[in-house]
Amino acid sequence: MQLFPCPFCGPRDETEFHYGGDAGNARPDGAEVPTDRWAGYLYLRGNPKGTAREIWVHMNCGEFFVMERDTVTHKVLSSTALGGEHTA
Amino acid sequence: MTRRYSALSLFKEGLAGQTGWKQAWRSPEPKPTYDAIVIGGGGHGLATAYYLANNHGITRVAVLEKGWIGGGNTGRNTTVVRSNYYYPESVELYGLAHRLYEGLSKDLNYNVMLSQRGMVNLCHSTAEMEIGARTVNAMQINGIDAELFSPDDVRRVAPIYNFSPDARFPVFGGIWQGRAGTARHDAVAWGYARAASRLGVDIIQNCEITDFIVEGGRCRGVQTTRGAIRAERIGMAVAGHSSVLAAKAGFRLPINSYALQACVSEPVKPILDTVVLSPGCGVYVSQSDKGEIVIGGGLDRIPSYAQRGNLPTLESVIAGVLEMFPIFGQLKLMRQWAGIVDVVPDSSPIIGPSPLPNLFLNCGWGTGGFKAIPAGGALLANLLATGKHNDISRPFDLDRFAAGRLIDEAAGSGIAH
Repeated sequence: MQLFPCPFCGPRDETEFHYGGDAGNARPDGAEVPTDRWAGYLYLRGNPKGTAREIWVHMNCGEFFVMERDTVTHKVLSSTALGGEHTA
Repeated sequence: MTRRYSALSLFKEGLAGQTGWKQAWRSPEPKPTYDAIVIGGGGHGLATAYYLANNHGITRVAVLEKGWIGGGNTGRNTTVVRSNYYYPESVELYGLAHRLYEGLSKDLNYNVMLSQRGMVNLCHSTAEMEIGARTVNAMQINGIDAELFSPDDVRRVAPIYNFSPDARFPVFGGIWQGRAGTARHDAVAWGYARAASRLGVDIIQNCEITDFIVEGGRCRGVQTTRGAIRAERIGMAVAGHSSVLAAKAGFRLPINSYALQACVSEPVKPILDTVVLSPGCGVYVSQSDKGEIVIGGGLDRIPSYAQRGNLPTLESVIAGVLEMFPIFGQLKLMRQWAGIVDVVPDSSPIIGPSPLPNLFLNCGWGTGGFKAIPAGGALLANLLATGKHNDISRPFDLDRFAAGRLIDEAAGSGIAH
């Protein structure tokens, strides 16, 4: 059983967390967004082997945050609130 | 000098002290150029090479495998073969794979031990039974064998299920496919490897792709740990690592990689002669020919490239097994393992040209690649030989995400995605 660091609650059981996608995948803005740009935002993923920056939500406190993680070793490198003011 | 397997060759080798058997496939040095390169020596890659040679007459083909053939997901699955899908596009695809599986031992002269013992997807409520009836109707309309099972039918095929009145997941019935079953997974890889090698295909193991050779905006070959190898048509069938290779080729895919776990018990006498899936318990179970209880469940919760799986998912899978079959509580678990699967938003595979010209994709099979090996191979071979889709692979092109023509088979896969 792995512990994940919530920037607000500290280390908690991995089952309390839900994966939310790539960090930095910004929703396209504006009235005229080309189709492939929408498809890229909705579907395409970096899916890196190694260090990944990901959005996670701690389901108990409901806060979203950015976790940097190695997808091979599962080692957590950093955990930061979306605004950047909390770090576990 | 025994090359073909038959009762007579077995008998002759018995008399000769088993000294005449030839190695099943050659291990040649890579040549600098081929007509086609297949990246990935799993089931799909080896099948692609076989069908390129057998169906299209293209025999100057190299299969490049990072480790050893069949060492990835081909050897890590739960060996189930079925085609109980909902949408017509999926039925065409998995139906093709199922039909090819039925003739595969004869085609390859290699016993893949296909055992059509049937499969039941259980329904645990009146509402699930209504969905079950709808699924059975869809399958029958699409020409796939299917039957709606009553509780008594389920009791007939799986009498050891937990039918007690206080069962947490009572049986209201199920979706039955009688032609479903299991096959020996390693034999599928070895059978295709042997047949492809005999037709002239070079199977090159311990050969990792380090980069793609791109000239004039087209893919012209690959850099590998065993030197540069060039070809005008390149196909990749690398399952969980599709995103890694796509990054080398300069594009992204609609894929997240997850670990998918399975485990087996110690072998016991025959007690379960069908495949049973319970969506409520999140588990499916069959008994191998050796006697082990083979247990599979849902994806891990965390995107991962670690081929081992994590504990919370294993715990819920085992809890589900014991809900279904309390009698298995006495068994010891012998092994647990995981493979890395490439999960796509609509739970359907991606087959077709990639954004890099000359490079073709066979990926995104998620939790269900094994049952589709013959179709994945035949369709990628068709793409490599002709450069074009046929009617079966066309709906699975990468362009379906921009066009919004998703084939959402999350239910057909049977396990939560």
